[in-house]
Amino acid sequence: MVSVLGRAGWWLAALFLAVIASAATSETGFAIHMIIVALAAFIGLWVSLSRTDYAAIARGVLRTPDPGKYDDDPVRWGMIATVFWGMAGFLAGLFIALQLAFPVLNLGFEWTTFGRLRPLHTSAVIFAFGGNALIATSFYVVQRTCRARLAFPGLARFVFWGYQLFIVLAATGYLLGITQGKEYAEPEWYVDLWLTVVWVAYLAVFVGTIVKRAEPHIYVANWFYLSFILTVAMLHIVNNLNLPVSLLGSKSYPVFSGVQGALVQWWYGHNAVGFFLTAGFLAMMYYFVPKQAERPIYSYRLSIIHFWALIFLYIWAGPHHLHYTALPDWAQTLGMVFSVMLWMPSWGGMINGLMTLNGAWDKVRTDPIIRMMVMAVAFYGMSTFEGPMMSIKSVNSLSHYTDWTIGHVHSGALGWNGMITFAAIYYLVPRLWNRERLYSLRMVNWHFWLATVGIVFYAASMWVAGITQGLMWREYGADGYLVNSFAETVAALHPMFLLRALGGLLYLAGAVVMTANVWLTIVGKLREEAPMRQPAYDPDKDHPLVSVPAE
Amino acid sequence: MTTTSPVLESHKKLERNVTLLGLFAFLAVTVGGIVEIAPLFWIDNTIEKVKGMRPYTPLEQAGRDIYIREGCYVCHSQMIRPFRDEVERYGHYSLAAESMYDHPFQWGSKRTGPDLARVGGRYSDEWHVQHLTDPRSVVPESIMPPYAFLKEHDLDAGDMTAELTALYRVGVPYSKKDLEQANADLRSQADPEADNADLLKRYPKAQVRDFDGDPTRLTEMDAVIAYLQVLGTMVDVNSAAAQEDLAKEKGR
Repeated sequence: MVSVLGRAGWWLAALFLAVIASAATSETGFAIHMIIVALAAFIGLWVSLSRTDYAAIARGVLRTPDPGKYDDDPVRWGMIATVFWGMAGFLAGLFIALQLAFPVLNLGFEWTTFGRLRPLHTSAVIFAFGGNALIATSFYVVQRTCRARLAFPGLARFVFWGYQLFIVLAATGYLLGITQGKEYAEPEWYVDLWLTVVWVAYLAVFVGTIVKRAEPHIYVANWFYLSFILTVAMLHIVNNLNLPVSLLGSKSYPVFSGVQGALVQWWYGHNAVGFFLTAGFLAMMYYFVPKQAERPIYSYRLSIIHFWALIFLYIWAGPHHLHYTALPDWAQTLGMVFSVMLWMPSWGGMINGLMTLNGAWDKVRTDPIIRMMVMAVAFYGMSTFEGPMMSIKSVNSLSHYTDWTIGHVHSGALGWNGMITFAAIYYLVPRLWNRERLYSLRMVNWHFWLATVGIVFYAASMWVAGITQGLMWREYGADGYLVNSFAETVAALHPMFLLRALGGLLYLAGAVVMTANVWLTIVGKLREEAPMRQPAYDPDKDHPLVSVPAE
Repeated sequence: MTTTSPVLESHKKLERNVTLLGLFAFLAVTVGGIVEIAPLFWIDNTIEKVKGMRPYTPLEQAGRDIYIREGCYVCHSQMIRPFRDEVERYGHYSLAAESMYDHPFQWGSKRTGPDLARVGGRYSDEWHVQHLTDPRSVVPESIMPPYAFLKEHDLDAGDMTAELTALYRVGVPYSKKDLEQANADLRSQADPEADNADLLKRYPKAQVRDFDGDPTRLTEMDAVIAYLQVLGTMVDVNSAAAQEDLAKEKGR
């Protein structure tokens, strides 16, 4: 009873503070944000009071969940959230791609300009789609590989819902013009503080579950998840050291300025790629690829070497975003050298993933989910080769500031992060909702081809656009003058921007097919179709180990 | 029969102890940042010693806030690299000193539009008003969004004293008078009738005039153009003295 009151008290306090802040501020955007926070606190208050079984508390019996089953509610919600935010993020991406081809689509409103929608797109796909996939799969994987239920179930639910609140505050903030102006770290100080609280809770749930594990060893996927959670916490806190102008306003100023601020930002920015989009997703690879292929991981030794090499080297690579800028040369060179070295552990991960299919390569032909995983790992390999290449200063002098960078990011994001996430979703949804199989495996096949062709259009058009742009900027005529005005280089890219939008449309179409497939699977429908292969699944074995006292 | 190395054997300790695993992982990821970032705060020649750098005036700072609010940095860099074509296109390469008071820096990462590090003084105020209102009316190939609403919105910058105080606290050298006068400075810089002698003494080379073509109102357009027109103009990089100082720079 006391804990119910305590929890309700916290929600009530949050509700009051948010209402007071929304009334006291002179800023519309901040007031809207505080109203959203107040609504969230009200829902929290209502849930903690109405969902409590008072009769049971009065009788002194506490309702305990079945210890013989995994705690999968937050994973199920996470799957739905992943699909939902994925669709939102892809749609935003297609829209801003079309804005670059047809500027009239900026619509003339201040809320719909490219400048405000682009952070909405990047945050929606990285933090909302990717973040939800990471949280949901980590909760699933850590329970299975530890054979233990989630530690702190209440906190796990707080992590899920708290993270959604973070997403809503960040996204609405961009539209309202609330941003601190640092790429991939746009949310303002109070949203950053909230994310810090949620993230610490996430760490507690994850580590707590490992601590109560029934398996002696911590499985390799969990090393990657752990390093991702720890490192993202460090990056987020340091890069968002800000001083608010007022506690009743959204505006704040970063503690670091100029050259130091730039390196802190790209130390953060590159390792958002390294840990959010790489280490965390490698953890997904290390669990779902062996499971779907029904093969053990190719090399245990390789996983140790590439794990430590990867996390140690990644952190150094940030300065390659600042080649030839006012950052001192020694830092640029150091960043370049470490970026090139990073190629090796990255390919270590790719090799470990691909070679896991040793002896099961036929499944690439018969199992569309395996095919998706193989494509994901292949794209991982490709973009982790392209990345080190682009970090070489002479290559970077051409590629930097151009669409080549955009193409590189998307071959990683669409190819690696997207594909491995789709594969994990297809693996998880039938299991989480106790369905015999997916609604349709042939639709997975459709999704695979739509996405793959979409990525090819995207990456190829951006390579051409980037190199065109880079060469046109530096083109000199025989008279010794620059040949092209900037406006001419913009006009030259129009066809490439159209092809890129087509690629995005195809990728989005694939995601629509997935959404339908996942929806119909959850509803419980099965499409009658010629069967494709399904790996064996025994629900009787899918539970934590519970010690049985000796007779 | 496989043999395992002692290293792999001892790694099993980490695999069985989440505290050790977390600790080692955390140590591994802190090294790079410490080695690369920390020295930038104490190595002297990280930021060149050049003359002319001053904090932004309240109006320029308010314009900068709008520049950030609208996400201009997603398409415009403010960092000219030391290449022949860039120097010819945009002007002298950017110096670290020129963004030393920028919280946050706006170097950018993508040039969907041109670099703006030295855009100050390159176009007239009228051109900027027209270009921001309807970019394609002056540059037909442009794909920039229209920002006509800037001229409709009265500038609501909040309390500039509080804002400059926050900047002062993170290291921007505003004087006590700058902080006290912030709200008055904000208005008078865009007011051609006002006596700006004191403002000009505190902010040398500040441009004092109505920027948006409507002297009766202080709009967001005034602030944005005041900011754009100061970009790259504080340090006279092409003067003989500055060139001589820069030639002495070593070890960067």
